[in-house]
Amino acid sequence: MGGTPAPDRNMKDTVFKIIENNRIAKNVYRMCLEGDVSAIRNPGEFINIRLEGFYLRRPISVYDVSDTTVTIIYKVVGKGTEAMSRMTVGEELQILTGLGNGYDLSLSGDKPLLIGGGVGVPPMYLLAKRLLAQGKVVRVILGFNTEDEVFGEEEFKAIGCSVTVTTVDGSRGVKGFVTDALPENYTYFYTCGPEPMLKAVYNATDTSGQFSFEERMGCGFGACMGCSCKTITGYKRICKDGPVLKKEEILWEK
Amino acid sequence: MGEMKVNLCGITLDNPVIPASGTFGYGYEFAELYDINILGTFSFKGTTKDARFGNPTPRIAECTAGMINAVGLQNPGVDKVIGEELPKLKKCFHKPVMANVSGFAVEDYAYTCGKLDKEEQVGWLEVNVSCPNVHGGGMSFGTNPDAAAEVTRAVKAVTTKPVIVKLSPNVTDIVSIAKACEDAGADGISLINTMLGMRIELKTRKPIIANTMGGFSGPAIFPVALRMVYQVAHAVKIPVVGMGGVSTAEDVIEMMLAGATAVEVGAANLVNPYASKEIVENLPAVMEQYGIKNLSEIIGGVKNG
Repeated sequence: MGGTPAPDRNMKDTVFKIIENNRIAKNVYRMCLEGDVSAIRNPGEFINIRLEGFYLRRPISVYDVSDTTVTIIYKVVGKGTEAMSRMTVGEELQILTGLGNGYDLSLSGDKPLLIGGGVGVPPMYLLAKRLLAQGKVVRVILGFNTEDEVFGEEEFKAIGCSVTVTTVDGSRGVKGFVTDALPENYTYFYTCGPEPMLKAVYNATDTSGQFSFEERMGCGFGACMGCSCKTITGYKRICKDGPVLKKEEILWEK
Repeated sequence: MGEMKVNLCGITLDNPVIPASGTFGYGYEFAELYDINILGTFSFKGTTKDARFGNPTPRIAECTAGMINAVGLQNPGVDKVIGEELPKLKKCFHKPVMANVSGFAVEDYAYTCGKLDKEEQVGWLEVNVSCPNVHGGGMSFGTNPDAAAEVTRAVKAVTTKPVIVKLSPNVTDIVSIAKACEDAGADGISLINTMLGMRIELKTRKPIIANTMGGFSGPAIFPVALRMVYQVAHAVKIPVVGMGGVSTAEDVIEMMLAGATAVEVGAANLVNPYASKEIVENLPAVMEQYGIKNLSEIIGGVKNG
């Protein structure tokens, strides 16, 4: 609403085959899916997965994408994601791809800071890869509650990011929240995580940045208005006009 | 191939399949996926006099074989709908479209319908007196025969286009309300809107929907919808548009046997964006399977048991 831009690319609804589905941390799984990924463009996009026996699809952010595969990292938070965690290699899933606006890389500056909390970590991985490919110096803060929830540290290091892990209980890395580990001299930031973390990042950062939001969705592609929010620039649908919003347009009150 | 054309209030539809208001936006999201001109028509997002944000989130809750929504008629207001949305709709859809209208006072309905009456592409006005998600309007007009009749008369006074009144199932006697609308000049009746429902999150012990309650839709409500379509279609002489949980071509035929002239498809579009297209494409085979040569001929064709 409020001057929604015309669609500039097409989403796709196709069948994917599971080629990996492994537990990587407490209640957290990595699933790699093979299929037509041509609709997936930007880091920060999501895919919407149809599950047998569940009426609504499950929207999950993109962790990584190759020419033939898309990888997601998801947390078991209910019966749907629990059913996903029990699926095995070779099983097929109907998935809507090419959803959401994703992050705008053009504003990153030379030294962008990426801040992911819990299952907000995954979209940071593809974003980091793309920024590194542009020659940026990428620093990453990964926040978790406890050590058994930690994932991704080695993967981010392997592609060339400097990584700081924080845990609330101090069982791994810096004790505290992601905002307790903010470095000096970053040019811009990108973040995804639970809303209290996003608010804390909003208040603790002194540059501009982009935030990825989560909301209960109906369709995931802009038709039902189930996930709308108010912003300084008008009403936005988290699924279609988001999930990424710029710091300057965010209104925190619902 | 069998004949799928039906006549809805004087306008011929290529087939009876109509995506329902609130599940199809203004069509262009779906036009990304397929040519929406294969549809009979569609009913665009509920329009009010002024812009509305709607209800706080969460607005959506999953249920067994369905979902609850409490969007609350989010829309940019009739002037922006006409100025910004209809031009975009026109680019991807070239048939008469159904304009869905809601309001909070009888005058609101008349104002909005009066404006939409001047839009050439609007074929029908679907007057929603049944939204369960707004206070002091919407459903309150649809739960009382006199109020529903008053809205119908006010709208009929400002338009020459066919007026289809969309009814709520959240009433004791839907037939009396349908008859009151017919007597007030309605050209058609559409039903059912969503059923008032609720879910509670066990962890927090709070309602999942921020607005506490919302409208339940999806395949779970199909038998209730079918029963109400049957009751209303047998009580009024004007065409009835059936909806509520329709997800397959078989559901369309069943609705038509119960008395529906055309059939709206709602929640199914949200979980399978190709749902309406698949229903249109599957209809000929299902017609053939049940020996139906002309869909118009089966309207109200349910036999006495």
